[in-house]
Amino acid sequence: MMGSGGRGFSLGFLVAVVVGLAAGVGAFTFRYGEGVSYFSTDPRACANCHIMNDEYASWTKGPHHAAARCVDCHLPHAFVPKYLAKADNGYRHSKGFTFLDFHEPIQITPGNARILQHNCERCHEDFVHDIVRGGDRGGEASQCVHCHRGAGHGARG
Amino acid sequence: MRMPSGRTLLLIVGVGAAAAGFLAAGLLTTIFERKQEARNPYVRLVEVNEETTDPAPWGTNWPREYEAYRRTNDTTRTRFGGSEALPEEKSARDPWLLRMFAGYAFALDYRDRRGHAYMLSDQEATRRVNERPQPGSCLHCHGSVIPTYRRLGGGDVFKGFELMTKMTYWEAHGEVVKTGSSNPVAGGTTQQFAHADGAHPVACLDCHDPKSMALRVTRPGFFRGIQALASSQAPVPHLPSIERWRTGDHKEPYDPNRDASRQEMRSFVCGQCHVEYYCGPKTTLFFPWDRGLKVEEIEAHYDGYTFPDGHRFYDWTHAETGAEVLKAQHPEFELWSQGIHARSGVACADCHMPYKREGAAKVSDHWVRSPLLNVARSCQACHPYPEAELLARAQAIQERTHGLLERAASSLTDMLDAVAARRKAGATAGQLAAALELQRKAQWRLDFVAAENSMGFHAPAETARILAESIDYSRQGQLAAGLAAVAQGPAESAKPANH
Repeated sequence: MMGSGGRGFSLGFLVAVVVGLAAGVGAFTFRYGEGVSYFSTDPRACANCHIMNDEYASWTKGPHHAAARCVDCHLPHAFVPKYLAKADNGYRHSKGFTFLDFHEPIQITPGNARILQHNCERCHEDFVHDIVRGGDRGGEASQCVHCHRGAGHGARG
Repeated sequence: MRMPSGRTLLLIVGVGAAAAGFLAAGLLTTIFERKQEARNPYVRLVEVNEETTDPAPWGTNWPREYEAYRRTNDTTRTRFGGSEALPEEKSARDPWLLRMFAGYAFALDYRDRRGHAYMLSDQEATRRVNERPQPGSCLHCHGSVIPTYRRLGGGDVFKGFELMTKMTYWEAHGEVVKTGSSNPVAGGTTQQFAHADGAHPVACLDCHDPKSMALRVTRPGFFRGIQALASSQAPVPHLPSIERWRTGDHKEPYDPNRDASRQEMRSFVCGQCHVEYYCGPKTTLFFPWDRGLKVEEIEAHYDGYTFPDGHRFYDWTHAETGAEVLKAQHPEFELWSQGIHARSGVACADCHMPYKREGAAKVSDHWVRSPLLNVARSCQACHPYPEAELLARAQAIQERTHGLLERAASSLTDMLDAVAARRKAGATAGQLAAALELQRKAQWRLDFVAAENSMGFHAPAETARILAESIDYSRQGQLAAGLAAVAQGPAESAKPANH
C-alpha cells in the first residue's frame, strides 16, 4: 500500500509540476501577449500585434475617432454575440499573425462586414432608414462603406 | 482497478500539459520576435557616407531594403513593358518608330526598359552611345554620379555637373569609374578601387541621406527644374509644398529637401530621372518645367528656347522631311502629375514601392517594378476589390491607350508619306513650312505618350487628349502637304497624298 501510494504520489507530483509549469508559461505568455487588454474596449489593444498599426493610426486622424472606437463598429453590442465575435476574431487573428498566412492587405470577412453594416445603421438609422430599407442583409444590398470608405479609417480617410 | 485508470488519467493530463506548455513557449517566442521586429531596429554595422556609391555596404546595415533592391535585375514582363535578358527592339514591334525617329540615334537601337540594376550596363552597351557621340550628361541619371560631380567641382556639385556635361560620354564615364566608391569595410577612400567598384547604377545614396536615411533629392537637373516650376504660375495642386512656397516671400528659392513633405519626396526622388529633359550636347542638361508640366507647356518652353548658337530648340532634323523635331524622353513624373492618383496624394512609391510586411516590420519594397506585378500590395491598400478586377481595369486603360496610340502612329506615317512625297516632287521648305511645324507638334505629342512608361495609366484622360491632338496635327499636316502640292502647280499635284 505504501509502495503503490508512493508511486502514485511521485507520478502525481510529476504531473503537478508539469501542469504547474504549463500553467505558468501559459499565464506568462498571456500576460506578455497582453491578453487582458483584449477584454477592454481600448483601440490600442487592436494594434497590439502591429498588423492594425495603419488602421489605428488613420482612425486617430479620421472623422469617427471622437464618436466610435474599434469595437463600436466591428463588434455586435449584445453580450453573447459580442463575445462570440471576439472569440472568432481572436482565434483567426492569432492564427494568422502567428503563421503569417493571411491575405495582405488585410481584408474584412463577409461576416464581419455584416456586423459593420449593422453598426453603421445602429447609430445612423434615422437618417439611412429609407436608403437601406428592406434589404440590408442581402448580398445585393449596398454597404455604407462602399462609398464612405474613409469614415472609420483607411489609407485615404 | 481504479488505480490504473487514475494513473492513466494523470499521464494524459501530464502529457497534455506538457504539450500545452510546449505550444505556449512557442507562441511566447513568436510574440517576442514580433515585438522585436516591430521596433524596426537596425544596426549600423558599417559606416556609410556621401562617397559610398556601392550599395553593398548599405545592404549590411539595411538588409531588407537591399535584398529587394537587388531583385531589380529579375526578369519581369507586363503587356506593354518587359525586361528580358536582351529586351526586344521596340522598333521591331512597332515599325512606325523607325519612321518617326528617321535620322536620329533612336532609329539605331530602342529597346524595352529593364530594372534599375541594368540602367548603367544597358547604357554602356547601346548602339546609341557606341555608334553616335553622346554627352557626359547621360550619366546624370544612369550612374550614381554625385560624388564625381563633387570631386570635379572641387566640392561644388553644380559646378561638377556643368563640367561633366561638356565631356563626351566615355570621358565622363571614366571620371565616374575613377571616383569609385568609398568602401567602409576595407577602410579605403575613393579613387583607389577598380572598375568593378567604380561605377554603379542608381544607388542608396541617390535618394537617402547616409546619416539619417531620410529621403532627399540629389540631382542638379531636378533642383533647377523644380525651382523653375515653383517660380512659374502653373497650378500644381498635387505638390502642396510648392503652392505654399509661392505664398511666401521668395527670399530663398524653393528647396525640395527643406520644403517638401515626406509624401512629396516619395515622388520627387523618382522625378529626379523619370522626366522629360534636354540632355545635350548643345547646352547643359535641363528639365523644361519653366511654364508647367503639361505637354503643351513643355512644348511652349522648347519653342521659346534658343540654343547658345542662336538656333531655336530642336532635338534633330527629321531625315525624311527635314523638320526640326523634338524627342520626348520618359515623362512619367509629368504625366503622373496630370492624373487622379497624384491629385489624391498618391506618390510614385505608393504603387511602385508599396509597403510590405516582414514579420512585424513595415518595409517599403525596394524592388521597384510595375504595380501590375504586385496588385495586392500596390492597389488593394486603397481599392478593396479583387485582384483580377483591378488588373482588368488597369489593362482596359492601357489597351484603349494603345489603340489610340496606333491610330496616332498611322496618322503620323501618313503625314510623313505625304510630306516626303511633296519633297521628292520638289516642294520647297517654304511651301512645306506649315506641314513641318505640324509634324513637330504631332510627333512631340505621340512620342510623349509612346516614350512614357505607363501606356496611359498615369493619367488616362490626359493621355487621350494628347493623342487626339497628335492625330489632329498629323492629319492637318497631311492636308498642309496637299496644299503645298497645290502651290507647286497642277503637274506636281496629280498624285494625291496617301489616303
